[in-house]
Amino acid sequence: MPDAPGLELIAQEIEEGRQGTVIETSFDHGRATLIVNPENVLHALTWLRDTPEQGYRFLSSLHAADYLPASPRFAVHYELLCRERVERIRVKALLNDPAGGETNGSSSAAEKLPQLDSCVALYPTAEFQEREAYDFFGIVFKGHPDLRRILMPEDYVGWPQRRDYPIGGEPVLFTHNEIESPRWFE
Amino acid sequence: MEVERESLRARQPRARDLLRGDLEGKDLEQYVEERLLTTTLESALNWGRANALFPLTFGLACCAIEMMSMVTSRYDIARFGAEAFRASPRQADMIILSGRVSIKMAPVVRRVYDQMLEPKWVIAMGACSSSGGMFANYAVVQGADKFMPVDIHVPGCPPRPEALLHGFNKLQRLVRGQPDLGWRQRYNAVGTEEWARFEPGKPTAEAIERAALAVAPKHSETGARPDFAGDEDSHA
Repeated sequence: MPDAPGLELIAQEIEEGRQGTVIETSFDHGRATLIVNPENVLHALTWLRDTPEQGYRFLSSLHAADYLPASPRFAVHYELLCRERVERIRVKALLNDPAGGETNGSSSAAEKLPQLDSCVALYPTAEFQEREAYDFFGIVFKGHPDLRRILMPEDYVGWPQRRDYPIGGEPVLFTHNEIESPRWFE
Repeated sequence: MEVERESLRARQPRARDLLRGDLEGKDLEQYVEERLLTTTLESALNWGRANALFPLTFGLACCAIEMMSMVTSRYDIARFGAEAFRASPRQADMIILSGRVSIKMAPVVRRVYDQMLEPKWVIAMGACSSSGGMFANYAVVQGADKFMPVDIHVPGCPPRPEALLHGFNKLQRLVRGQPDLGWRQRYNAVGTEEWARFEPGKPTAEAIERAALAVAPKHSETGARPDFAGDEDSHA
């Protein structure tokens, strides 16, 4: 785990490679996070993987998150691991919601999805994990070899792990509801 | 016990006599009468089916662990003749839905069920396959009877193997064409029916209980094994 000054050095060196890549750094609970510009996420990942003294050659996890009231709304997290030094670093790309709160039932729904470059070429293990992020959050990874649903049925409509997606299921009626809502069974 | 042993000793020479052709007339008639049981073909067939139900090797989730332990020597479903878990739906008589059914799995379960040969039965094991259980969300079917017929629901999360065995015994009774009636007597629930609450001018609960007990004889009175009690009556 790089410490806080080490994280600043990493951020600076990535910035020198390409201006405007690192937006922010965060060092919380002993975990170093680079918040990067989504357009340059591949640059940051490539630098972290290929620089000899960094060597973060293992992508231990790729996952998405939805911070709905916040803007930008979505984030894709890359958890990188250097197996020689057993050090971890997190790269986070924040994505705006192109639909902007509209329901995506229109024909141009695919264009309204947030987009990000795929990192399958760098880390082959990301293939299934990007499919999972696409399946649950509707984040399109540009350049992914086979971007389709992985866990939900292929004809499923909607992005179920988004915060504005209805949770589904059926309301369960108990007898104690009688007090709160009399004659609920009718 | 002693009486049985003596009567067995007495019967053995008579069986020898029959084989030699020495029994004649009244003796022969009595011999045949003692050894024959008349029933209908249907009830004999159902009796055989109920005691040789082959479940399908099919686990859906955590309930499957309890289903597996039901087969072990500790709980031993072989006592009821259902230890032969078949790996093919073509050879199975019964499917135990042991766990939650997701909307992606539901067509698969339905297809496996359709591949089973008639007659076939279904046990929905646990809260999830009966009602969706704790998974009230977009991914899980809220009860397996939304897409296939279910004969027995076993409650629990997960049910213990004993509970599943109890459910299986209920299924056996259902297969024998004797759906398990008389639960009010067993649970001392006679008189709890809404129509049977005491009103002036109507019989009391005690009277109804007496009447119910007179109609349904206890197993110990018939002298037969509880499983078979009343079987001949209902089908002969």
